Amino acid sequence: MAFTDKTRQLFAEEIAAIKEKGLFKEKRFICSPQGAAIRVEYPEGAAQEDVLNFCANNYLGLSSHPDVIAAAHEGLDSRGYGMSSVRFICGTQDIHRELQDKVSAFLGMEDTLLFPSCMDANGGVFEAILEPEDVIIADRLIHASLVDGIRLCAAEYDTFKHMNMKHLEKKLELHQDKRTRLIVTDGVFSMDGDLCPLDEMCALAEKYDAMVLVDESHASGFIGKTGRGTHEHFDVIDKVDLITTTFGKGLGGASGGCVSGKRELIELCRQKARPYLFSNSMAPPIVAASIKVIDLISASTERRDKLEANTKRFREGMEAAGLNIRPGETPIVPVMLYNAKLANDMSRDMYAEGIYVIGFFFPVVPAGQARIRVQLSAAHEDEHIDKCVAAFKKVGEKYGILGLDKKGIIDKYGM
Amino acid sequence: MAEMKDVVLEYIIDEYVDEDDDLEVGVDSPLISSGIVDSFSMVSLKIFLEKKYDIKLPDDEATPDAFDTVTKIVELVKKHQG
Repeated sequence: MAFTDKTRQLFAEEIAAIKEKGLFKEKRFICSPQGAAIRVEYPEGAAQEDVLNFCANNYLGLSSHPDVIAAAHEGLDSRGYGMSSVRFICGTQDIHRELQDKVSAFLGMEDTLLFPSCMDANGGVFEAILEPEDVIIADRLIHASLVDGIRLCAAEYDTFKHMNMKHLEKKLELHQDKRTRLIVTDGVFSMDGDLCPLDEMCALAEKYDAMVLVDESHASGFIGKTGRGTHEHFDVIDKVDLITTTFGKGLGGASGGCVSGKRELIELCRQKARPYLFSNSMAPPIVAASIKVIDLISASTERRDKLEANTKRFREGMEAAGLNIRPGETPIVPVMLYNAKLANDMSRDMYAEGIYVIGFFFPVVPAGQARIRVQLSAAHEDEHIDKCVAAFKKVGEKYGILGLDKKGIIDKYGM
Repeated sequence: MAEMKDVVLEYIIDEYVDEDDDLEVGVDSPLISSGIVDSFSMVSLKIFLEKKYDIKLPDDEATPDAFDTVTKIVELVKKHQG
C-alpha cells in the first residue's frame, strides 16, 4: 500500500495546520429543501434545528419553486437523466439550444454557450479567445474562478484597484501596445455586494479600444429594473461584450453556467474552451428547469421587486439597530466586524438565535476586513427579516458593538 | 537619481495602499504575507519592475516569497540587472 502511515501523517499535519490557523471549514448538513426556512444539522451529529437561512445565493427564491420543480420533472421524463457525453459529441439536445437562445434574449447578447458551471465558463473563456499578444486588465477583487481562468490563459494580465476607474484608465493607457485589451470585472462583487460602475467602465473601454467581460453570477435575474443584470442597471446592455453567469444562484440554484456575448467570441469558446470540450453537458432536468426560470422572470418582475423591497427593509433595519453594514443597494449585505474571532463568535451566536449566517475572514476577504455576509432572498417574508435584524441587535448588544463605527469596533476588538 | 528601494516603495504605496487604509509601509514591511499585495495583483508589480528596469523576471523567481518586502524585491531586480 503506497498510502503509508508516514504519508497519512504528512497530510494529517497539513489539516492540523489549517485548524491551527482557524481556517478549518466545519461540515454543515441541510436536511430540508433549500429555502428561507431550513432544517440544519450542525455541528455534525447534533440535533436538527429549524433556522432561517440568510446565507444562500437563492436570491429569487426559485431553488424549491413548484413550477421549477415541475419543469425539472418534465425534463427528466421527456429528455432523460443524463447525457453521458460532452456537448460536441452527442451531448446537445434541443433543450440545450432552447436555453441558450432564451439566455441570449434575456441578457441582450448575440449568442450563448452553456458550460457545466460558471466556474468552468470562467476557467475556459480566456484561453479560448486570447493570445499572448493580448492583455487582460482585471479588478483586484474578481471571483476566484476568473482568477483561475486568467492564470490558465497565455495572454498577459494586469490588475487595477477595486472599482477604481482612474486606476483602470492608467492601466489601459499602459497597455495600448497590445493587440486587444479585455477588462474583467464582477457585476456585483460577492463579498462586498458592490455594484461595478459599468457605465464608466464601458466609456473607458470605448476610449481605449478595449472589450469588457462581466461575471454576473450575483446579478443575473434581479439587478436592473427587469432583472437583466448590472448592464441593464447602468444602461449599457449593448456595450458589454461578454457576460459569464450561473444557473446555480438566483436562476434556480442547481448548477450550470454560460458565456454569453459577441457571436465570434462564443464560437471560439465552442471550438476551443477546454471545460466545454472535456466536461459533461448540463443534465436535461436542470436545463428544462432553467428554461422555466428564464420564462418566469421574463414574464414578471415580481420576484426581483420583492427581493429589492426585502433588501431595503433589512438594510434600514440594520442601520436603525446600530449595526455597521457596508452601504449599497444589492441583496449582499456585509455586516462589518473587522476581527475574525468576533465574526466567528457572532455567527455562532446568531445560529443559537435561529439565524443561519457565516463569518468570513482572511484569506476569503482582505486581512482586517472580517464580516458576516448576509444574503437576502425573495423567499424571505417580512417576519423573517425582522427576526434576523432583532437577532443581530441582541447579539450585537452582547458584544457591545451597536452604534460603533469601524474605528470603534477595531479599538474594542483589534483587527 | 532616486534609490531603487525608494522608487519601488513609492510604487507599492501608490499601487496597493488606499488613502483610507491607514497603513505604514516601509522597505522591510511584509507585503504578500500581510495581505497588502495578494498573489493575483502581484503581477502589476512584476510588470512595473520589468518595464522600469528593462529586465525579465522568470515566473519561478517572481514568487510571493521573493516579493514579500521591498528589500527582497531590490535584491531580485539587481540580480537580473547583472
